[in-house]
Amino acid sequence: MKDNTMNEPTDNVATNIEENAFSGQTVGTPLCDDAKMSMRNVNVFYDTKQAIHDVSLDIGKNEVVAMIGPSGCGKSTFLRCLNRMNDTIESCKVTGDIKLEELDIYHPKQDVVPLRARVGMVFQKPNPFPKSIYDNVAYGPRIHGLVNRKYDLDEIVESSLRRASLWDEVKDRLHSPGTGLSGGQQQRLCIARTIAVSPEVILMDEPCSALDPIATAKIEELIAELSQKFTIAIVTHSMQQAARVSHRTAYFHMGKLVEVNDTKRVFTNPEHELTEAYITGRFG
Amino acid sequence: MKESSENLNAIDLVNRSLKARYRAEKRFKAYGIAAILFGLACLVILFTDIISKGHSAFLQTEVYLEVTFDSDRLDIDDVSNSAQLMAADYQGIIKAALRERFPDVSGRRDKRTLYSLVSNGAGFSLREMLIDDPSLLGKTVGVWLVADDDIDTYVKSRGDNPEDAFTGRMSDKQIAWVESLMENDQLALNFNTTFFTSGDSREPEQAGILGAVMGSLFTLIVTIVLSFPIGVAAAVYLEEYAPRNRLTDFIEVNINNLAAVPSIIFGLLGLAIFIGFFEMHRSIPLVGGLVLSLMTLPTIIISSRAAIKAVPPSIRDAALGLGASKMQMVLHHVLPLAMPGMLTGAIIGFAQALGETAPLLMIGMVAFIVDIPGGVADPATALPVQIFLWSDSPERAFVERTSAAIMVLLAFLISMNTLAIWLRKRLERRW
Repeated sequence: MKDNTMNEPTDNVATNIEENAFSGQTVGTPLCDDAKMSMRNVNVFYDTKQAIHDVSLDIGKNEVVAMIGPSGCGKSTFLRCLNRMNDTIESCKVTGDIKLEELDIYHPKQDVVPLRARVGMVFQKPNPFPKSIYDNVAYGPRIHGLVNRKYDLDEIVESSLRRASLWDEVKDRLHSPGTGLSGGQQQRLCIARTIAVSPEVILMDEPCSALDPIATAKIEELIAELSQKFTIAIVTHSMQQAARVSHRTAYFHMGKLVEVNDTKRVFTNPEHELTEAYITGRFG
Repeated sequence: MKESSENLNAIDLVNRSLKARYRAEKRFKAYGIAAILFGLACLVILFTDIISKGHSAFLQTEVYLEVTFDSDRLDIDDVSNSAQLMAADYQGIIKAALRERFPDVSGRRDKRTLYSLVSNGAGFSLREMLIDDPSLLGKTVGVWLVADDDIDTYVKSRGDNPEDAFTGRMSDKQIAWVESLMENDQLALNFNTTFFTSGDSREPEQAGILGAVMGSLFTLIVTIVLSFPIGVAAAVYLEEYAPRNRLTDFIEVNINNLAAVPSIIFGLLGLAIFIGFFEMHRSIPLVGGLVLSLMTLPTIIISSRAAIKAVPPSIRDAALGLGASKMQMVLHHVLPLAMPGMLTGAIIGFAQALGETAPLLMIGMVAFIVDIPGGVADPATALPVQIFLWSDSPERAFVERTSAAIMVLLAFLISMNTLAIWLRKRLERRW
């Protein structure tokens, strides 16, 4: 964009791509063998506006799948379907099959409470409860009745904070408010809070967008560690982040899933021209 | 102007307009200060007026008399017989004491005037004395007895100068007797305990505020117990559970309208429903509390909804994302965070209810009630109604009592608000 001579042809390419938009068939390898979560022909509507078109995708066990795409492409909406957080939006309708192993999570009789205990979520903005650090982490185990004794609860709090690599920073002030921590610490506290419930899948909705680079690096390191135990789906705006933390990358465009491939492949040799246009910064 | 501005830089133009901007800023600030000063001045005038008129009600003129507990005159032969103690003519021994103090008074009419120096309720204090100490029977003791309200008004308005005194219904003879008592230090202004310990009375010197205070307290308790939980429950349902549709829109419009309905209409409603249909008793704090609950509910619902709306959605997401049920989300996170705001609204509603008079008139809490209510089902009146009643009474001595009652009401309000602020401070969490 800086170079004037480059400007025109680039613009043309971008418009051309948008015009002959995407046919609808996802390229690459959206499916995998040992899927933890599998989505088939998912459509999401807000009233009459369709936000997600016919998306099918698998998230493998202990895999980190990054979802990238321009703003408004539906990646967050899609992520929020995976633990039915979209239920809180009245006008939102979801069709298609979403399965957690063999469990049909949109089955009319499926209760969201146990589902969300199995599929945890970390949000864009750090949102610790205005309670103590200890109570923040202990909240999930308490409401789900995971422990009976204070000793066990202490254990869970400590191990969760350790796994979120926050323990050393807060062990002396467990009972001071969680909202008094720095942004990066708050986000790690939210991760600790999520893993305290021992979910199987963790959904992360742009977890670093409100953080500085150092805090971001810490969270990314953490994601790599967590993937040994958990299955992770992460939505991110930063392509570098997707490249650093994920095993597979899914590229969304205008509510459609364009390409899913190994992360290395997506960033070095994308199969679809829309993906290529996006990762080379021609739009987005 | 145009030419010169072309020659000037942007920063020069900015500098040129600065002065005017600062002037405007100062004026703007001055408007605010003026508004606050006006409000404060009104408050000061109100308080000075009330306190200057009302402070004297906390003192009561008393007459010193040598009273003989004459067993014949009292017709008591056995001090342990409570029937005799109750029936005895204490007023009679006061009259005797007065005749003794002013021996030269003769004639029936003059004696009647003489007897009216002392309150006709003064005998009760003698009965109390005798019940407390039976050995007084047959002895002569000096006691301070409550003076009649005319004497009280005279003494208070007199100060040090007999010329200023308000004589009202007093005859010249009475004035002479009072002056004679004052010369001998047999008249004094003492603390008016009656005002704080008795119920209403037609005689100003026997009238007290306790009945009205208890009535207001019981009414307010009923109001708080009913309207706060119902209001919060309604607000939680409307904000967290109810779908957005025509029915909920209709409900919302109605709640907002109810908040503006004149309070006397609620009184009529209470009269028709609680007293007319449910046949509850008139004049009782229970009905008063029910009516005031109806009146306060819209305020509480509206402010609670605003407080619940102000809880950031990220906290709800966090709770739901962890697998909390909706009820857990509401009870553990939304309500604690919304509580300070809800309390603020509720306290405004309760303060309003405490000062409300009109609906209570409709349900009979304006009756003349001497007994101090002991519960929500005893006939009672309320502080603002008591103020209304006294301000309507012809006796001069009720003027100061009206102001004193207003002071009590204000003190009630201030202590309630202080409690609310303290509660809010305790519940408020820092982000």
